[in-house]
Amino acid sequence: MTDISPSHPATQLGHEKLPPSPGQLARARALKHHGFQIGAAILLSLILVAVFAPFLAPHSPYAQSLPNRLLPPAWEEGGSSTYPLGTDRNGRDYLSRLIYGTRVSITIGLGAATIGLLIGVTLGVLAGYFGGWIDHAVSFVLTAQLALPGLLLAMALVFFIGPSVIVVICIIGVLHWTYFLVVTRSATQHIRSLDFVAAARASGATSRQIIWHEILPNLASKIIVIFTFEVGIAILAEASLSFLGVGIQAPTPSWGLMIAEGKEAMFYRPWLVVLPGIFLFVLVIGANLMGDGVRDITSPGEKS
Amino acid sequence: MLKYVLQRGALALAVAFTVSLAAFLLLNIATDAAYAIAGEEADPDVIERIRVQYGLDRPLMVRYADWLGGVVRGDFGDSYYWRKPVASLVAERVGTTIKLALSALFVTIIIAIPLGALAALNRNTWVDRSALAVAVAAQAVPNFWLGLIMIILFAVMLPLFPVSGDSTWRHFVMPAFVLGASSVPAVMRLMRTGLIEVMESDYIRTARSKGYRGASLLMRHALRNALLPVVSVLAVQLGQKLGGSVTTENVFAISGLGRLALQSILGADIPTVQLLIFLFALVFVAMNLLADILNAALDPRIRIG
Repeated sequence: MTDISPSHPATQLGHEKLPPSPGQLARARALKHHGFQIGAAILLSLILVAVFAPFLAPHSPYAQSLPNRLLPPAWEEGGSSTYPLGTDRNGRDYLSRLIYGTRVSITIGLGAATIGLLIGVTLGVLAGYFGGWIDHAVSFVLTAQLALPGLLLAMALVFFIGPSVIVVICIIGVLHWTYFLVVTRSATQHIRSLDFVAAARASGATSRQIIWHEILPNLASKIIVIFTFEVGIAILAEASLSFLGVGIQAPTPSWGLMIAEGKEAMFYRPWLVVLPGIFLFVLVIGANLMGDGVRDITSPGEKS
Repeated sequence: MLKYVLQRGALALAVAFTVSLAAFLLLNIATDAAYAIAGEEADPDVIERIRVQYGLDRPLMVRYADWLGGVVRGDFGDSYYWRKPVASLVAERVGTTIKLALSALFVTIIIAIPLGALAALNRNTWVDRSALAVAVAAQAVPNFWLGLIMIILFAVMLPLFPVSGDSTWRHFVMPAFVLGASSVPAVMRLMRTGLIEVMESDYIRTARSKGYRGASLLMRHALRNALLPVVSVLAVQLGQKLGGSVTTENVFAISGLGRLALQSILGADIPTVQLLIFLFALVFVAMNLLADILNAALDPRIRIG
């Protein structure tokens, strides 16, 4: 978002210092980029929450306590400090379910985005590098994929195959790769026209070597940016599926499912709906800020 | 121009039918329709009889050809769940969804375009930064959750609008806002970058030197050109509103295509799901085609080049 012009110490007379390396420049920009820092801090802390969920959660996310059903959070009248954020309709500790929900969202976000990355980058690099009929075929597949009503098809497939974490990851991943493809395709077309690729080819490198050693390393920062955004998109997709009842099934603590369960009591226990939504919002905004940040840091002046 | 439109139109149709084929294969591989029709506890004999009766024992490609033949004649088959023609199920509900989609588009336009223009005209000030912050936040809000929060705030705590249903225009205010808000970030950013580009162009400098200032410069010269790319994106966004209607309609209990979609998935009603996917894809390609044609009509470089 902020334009940071790199300083050029080498151009100043009397200084014999080398100009800063791209890595040093990127680090300097990262230190000044607040969006990146906030995003990274959010993601890192929520990943830690997911990893250390068993130590952080005061109760088991599955333990039901029927006398303690639908308790309000501790700060409201009738709340107790045993259940800091209250309990759900089965008397399960809401804070513990929210903490374990971080695991579900992050697992699905990372898993689905990885599948999308593999499909999209493979197709994008092949189409961009070889061009010709491969490019035409990939473009047609891309157009068809874009025309698919993604959420609707994901709902049907997940529900028909049988909803589970693995199925949700695979279906969301298989339906979210277009962004990877579009960006890597045009970036590959650009890179393959550059001199160092011609030099590699002249020195006898095969297409496979050029793709692995010349093209992919130069796509890495772009791929990381898209991956970060896609994690957020996949997390929201899972939440929608689970909210509609065709994604993660009870009793697994998925934030989307928790919102659906809380909906029945939302008129007198609004926190049941508000809290999981806030967690979702914070996690996704963390991913988006981080994506924006990495883009600004690795390629200043460029906007998508 | 006619050749360009025909080429694009043929591609759009090819894409829509590819999507219908992919959906048909995926749906039928994912589930066995005979089980869905017979019910959970039917014995194997009954399931086998149903399989033959509905023609489900034939190879997938034959069944797809059968479906395609029906589509050409305007026959989309019967719903397994509602036991009536799928086309009439859709016809009963399509009006509600179109109403929702159009009012959502209206919400997007009245929020995103002024916001984008304000951000562009006040570039790098707090106005610009807050507009971008709104966009970043709007992208991270789960749509269905926003709907529930609106219900808690504006139907329960402050009873301005009905909680759910679709009988009066007041029922559509909150759903249209929720569905419309999802397109605000994309349209707003496009408006912003478009207007910034236009404001820096030579002809605006010329207009300025001729003495045009403020509102007249904006209205007469800048806005018109900045809006061109926005208009074609709005067409695409309208197509995407259909997909978005699935969550919104279910949050607000609106009986449109989105609600029908969820009900037919839960009832394993493949013919209905199949038609809805085909229909949504068809609308999507039609809207893209419209955007392409608009672009070509407005910018001769595209149709010649």
